Amino acid sequence: MRLVCAVALNTFREAVRDRVFYNLLIFAVLLVSTSLVIGQLAAGQDVKIIKDLGLAASLLFGVGIAVFIGIQLVAREVERRSAHSTLAKPVSRAVFLLGKYLGLLLTLAVNITVMAVALFLVLAAYRALTPPGVQAAWAAPALDPRLLIALGLIYVELALVTAIALLFSTYSAALLAASFTTAIWVAGHFVADLRTLDQIGVTGGTAWVAWVVSWILPNLALLDVKADIVHGLPVPATQVVAAVAYGVVYSAAVLLTAMAIFQRRDLK
Amino acid sequence: MSQRLRWLLGASALLASAIAVQAVWLKPRPDRTLPAVLYLQSPAMARRLALSMDSLAADLYWVRALQHFGATRLQSAGPRTFDNLYPFLDLATSLDPRFVVAYRFGAIFLSEAPPGGPGRPDLAVRLLEKGIAASPERWQYFQDIGFVHYWWTGDYAKAAAAFSKGAAIAGSPWWMKSLAAVTLTQGGDRQTSRLLWRALSQSAENEWLRRDAQRRLLQLDALDQIDQLHTVVATASAAGLTPPWSWAQLLQAGTLGTMPIDPTGVPYVIDMTSGRIDAGRHSPLWPLPTEPHGLAGSPKAPR
Repeated sequence: MRLVCAVALNTFREAVRDRVFYNLLIFAVLLVSTSLVIGQLAAGQDVKIIKDLGLAASLLFGVGIAVFIGIQLVAREVERRSAHSTLAKPVSRAVFLLGKYLGLLLTLAVNITVMAVALFLVLAAYRALTPPGVQAAWAAPALDPRLLIALGLIYVELALVTAIALLFSTYSAALLAASFTTAIWVAGHFVADLRTLDQIGVTGGTAWVAWVVSWILPNLALLDVKADIVHGLPVPATQVVAAVAYGVVYSAAVLLTAMAIFQRRDLK
Repeated sequence: MSQRLRWLLGASALLASAIAVQAVWLKPRPDRTLPAVLYLQSPAMARRLALSMDSLAADLYWVRALQHFGATRLQSAGPRTFDNLYPFLDLATSLDPRFVVAYRFGAIFLSEAPPGGPGRPDLAVRLLEKGIAASPERWQYFQDIGFVHYWWTGDYAKAAAAFSKGAAIAGSPWWMKSLAAVTLTQGGDRQTSRLLWRALSQSAENEWLRRDAQRRLLQLDALDQIDQLHTVVATASAAGLTPPWSWAQLLQAGTLGTMPIDPTGVPYVIDMTSGRIDAGRHSPLWPLPTEPHGLAGSPKAPR
């Protein structure tokens, strides 16, 4: 465990050195500038739009980090041959990979926490500047603590995408790994469509293959409760727990596959 | 001088020359009105392309709908076409089927008669029916359908039916039943219109909807005042005054005591040939609604 933590902390430090957290600055500027102009444009929908934007940007920035840092986690270490010196110590390949994964998860956790704080600060400012009569018309309060549920599930989605990026980075070049990971992330939002291909006239082998693939692909729609939270609709606790469990189990499966491939990889 | 400073000085000089070129040689191009482009026409395709950011995409289409409506209304030259208004609203509500304000404002925008709007109450009703399909528990959509039929199509039976359906929904206010009854028995009465708009102004969840309802009430007051002014013109005409009509002429003749102003303080305008009176172009109440058949007050404009 100590070795895993050491690799993870080192990965986190590397991310900080790579100026990964500069994206937070862009996020903050985007959020604040949008909140300044949106009141003039959205006819009373400012809080909804700030929430939508904050949650969507947290996901997009996070996926960007997960994909582009995730694919470099192993590839860069192998290319620079720094992996050799690490693996020469009593660090197994599985521990190396797990440490890398947890290090990036730590980076993403810091990232999403700061984004959540920025989002709540902007929403708090909006609440302070809005008369109570107008606030009464909002579908959900500005400082809705349930936003944390949406952010939590976004984090689970990022953990899953990171695991996929890590899997591809164990055996393919960076560009291919980025393309594959992005493709899987996009396809993960079409799972429901794949399962209903027969309803639009697709039959036979194609429909059957699509149905099988739909169960293998990560079903990312399960982790998306953003719209429900923004509209103040109830999200059952059982659904949240099941979604988290699904994300954790799927990520673990992908991670184990990555470990299996990395064990056999020739690093020479 | 260090090399770095030389580079920075070079960059500053180039930037300064770019500014000079822009200021001296590049003339601003004349304003052109470009049509609002609808890159995506299929709501189903838009939903898929938005991945899990469909709610944010709905917000963008909502803002585009607002901009399209506002910009077209403010357009001073050429015909005002609101061609993309319904597609924008359709996309926004398909991407976020619970986007209440898009349905409710959208219906107001769509049903507004030209030149202030496209004059499409049919599309307004279609949009609201889509909202009902997504959230059948929202009685407000039935209330809005009732308004569209009452105010814009003049079909009081359909308006009353919509109010009745809304009244049957759990949680709807008690006065929905009254609206249904009053609309059916006294449809076409300006006083009933006042009742409807007052109900909306008191119940609207949104500040903009409230303000719009209050504006409608002021428009009704203005229509009453215009009816009275038409009576004054008719009296003056009977007393021998002839066109060209003007307020100065009526004031000099003593038919009017003061310059007539609308409830927002902007003077009314009188057509010098026909004597018809209308709200001033600069009034927040302009354009006054074209009242459905049978809704106008009793005194008629002089011919």
